[in-house]
Amino acid sequence: MKIAGFLLLLSGWLLVLAAVMLLAVPASRLCFVLAGVGVEILGLFLVFRAHAPLAGERH
Amino acid sequence: MPATFPALSEVGMAICIFLILLVPLAIAGVALINTGFVRSRSAAHAMLSTLCVVAIAAGVYFVCGFALEGYAGRPMHAISIAGKQWSWLADEKFFFRGLELDGSPASLAALLQIFGVGLAAAIPLGSAADRWRLGASAAAAVLLAGCIYPLFAHWAWGGGWLAQLGVNYSLGRGFIDCGGAGSIQAVGGLNALVILWILGPRRGKYSVEGIPAAIPGHNTVLVLFGCLLALLGWVGLNSAGAILFTGTIPARVVLIAVNTMLSASASALTSLLITRIRFGKPDASLVANGWVGGLVASCAGCAFMEPLAALLIGVVAGALVTFSIQWLELIAVDDTVGSFSVHGLCGLWSLLAAGLFAHVPGAAPGQWIAQVVGIATLLGFVLPLSYGLNLLLDRVLPQRVPPEGERQGMDLHELGAGAYPEFVTYTEDFIQR
Repeated sequence: MKIAGFLLLLSGWLLVLAAVMLLAVPASRLCFVLAGVGVEILGLFLVFRAHAPLAGERH
Repeated sequence: MPATFPALSEVGMAICIFLILLVPLAIAGVALINTGFVRSRSAAHAMLSTLCVVAIAAGVYFVCGFALEGYAGRPMHAISIAGKQWSWLADEKFFFRGLELDGSPASLAALLQIFGVGLAAAIPLGSAADRWRLGASAAAAVLLAGCIYPLFAHWAWGGGWLAQLGVNYSLGRGFIDCGGAGSIQAVGGLNALVILWILGPRRGKYSVEGIPAAIPGHNTVLVLFGCLLALLGWVGLNSAGAILFTGTIPARVVLIAVNTMLSASASALTSLLITRIRFGKPDASLVANGWVGGLVASCAGCAFMEPLAALLIGVVAGALVTFSIQWLELIAVDDTVGSFSVHGLCGLWSLLAAGLFAHVPGAAPGQWIAQVVGIATLLGFVLPLSYGLNLLLDRVLPQRVPPEGERQGMDLHELGAGAYPEFVTYTEDFIQR
């Protein structure tokens, strides 16, 4: 889950970069940039989940 | 952002040098906050770690940091994509060779960042206090100052591709970050989160059922004094950064100082109000965090926004800090000082807020998209890079102190002596009479 999370973070960033580089129409660029950020948020959620220890492990 | 900035007048240079010399007060403030928040048995270790880490970060920045970061208008590596230049790394010489230390904007930027990189490196110390070994924190500072910081700072401040988003893709004026909300605060805050993930929570922080216990800091006075000291440092950081990295005229220092103060005040008062409503009494530690969170939130757009906007940004930062510190504790992220919430989250909020509220003269529409691209870069590139490097470091040099050291306290275990050798606890004082 941790690796998947970091891969999603990286993918989201690449999506944002691609949107900036390839799309000229402001509306579509904006959509793809926000989609990229959404992917990053999903990745961040997974990384947080992967690092949250189970209740017994916290002690 | 223009490719280069005009040279400063003599008066402008003098103002800029004075402002830069205020920046170490921000480091002193953060050091006091970090020290006050830890237990008394780790106090000397916390302060010594800050001193060592700041010294190492300055040294590494001198050796290779500036060479990788550079400054707008100076030599840099760039690749051409669809006819646009994407500058990804500076092409300077190591050891400041080729840089005349004569008061030119590039030399002033190098001076500012010798302090700035130290501040960024000191941020994770607060998060990982009470369990992060001195040697490991020094090694992590080398990674930060020699690789992570210069890379992002080049993109944002050194004329890199983020700064050129305005010229290349008509996204506002390109990524703006006057006082280092991204380059210093968010980079330091995300590094703090990475260290927290690698180290795990302090022993005794969570019960077997996973209920977090409060581990109060040993000196709230140090923390609150650190907050006041940090204000001066932040005024210097925001003002000098705005002059050197966005070409702001020195006369706007007045606006920047007002915005910095208002943001910090609004943030601290918001934290105070929230804790007063939730707990019945104001919580000093959360109010202190709110104050610093407000300072951080003021960074990115301080030279380009109205004071009313700074006030609003501070209110949001205060709420963000207060709730996120408590939320992180619930999901087992044991941030001793709250550095990730204060520097990481508020740094990201500051960048976004600059896109929403800043009125940059002569900028094309789409400023906030440039800011979002910068935030996405911090989350999607800087965070994984920092995690990978620190995880590798942990394999070579274990970062967490052994359980015995944690029980003993970092002072005795790592330094051989406590911060308060004459501090004696009389058990009678705790017997109910």
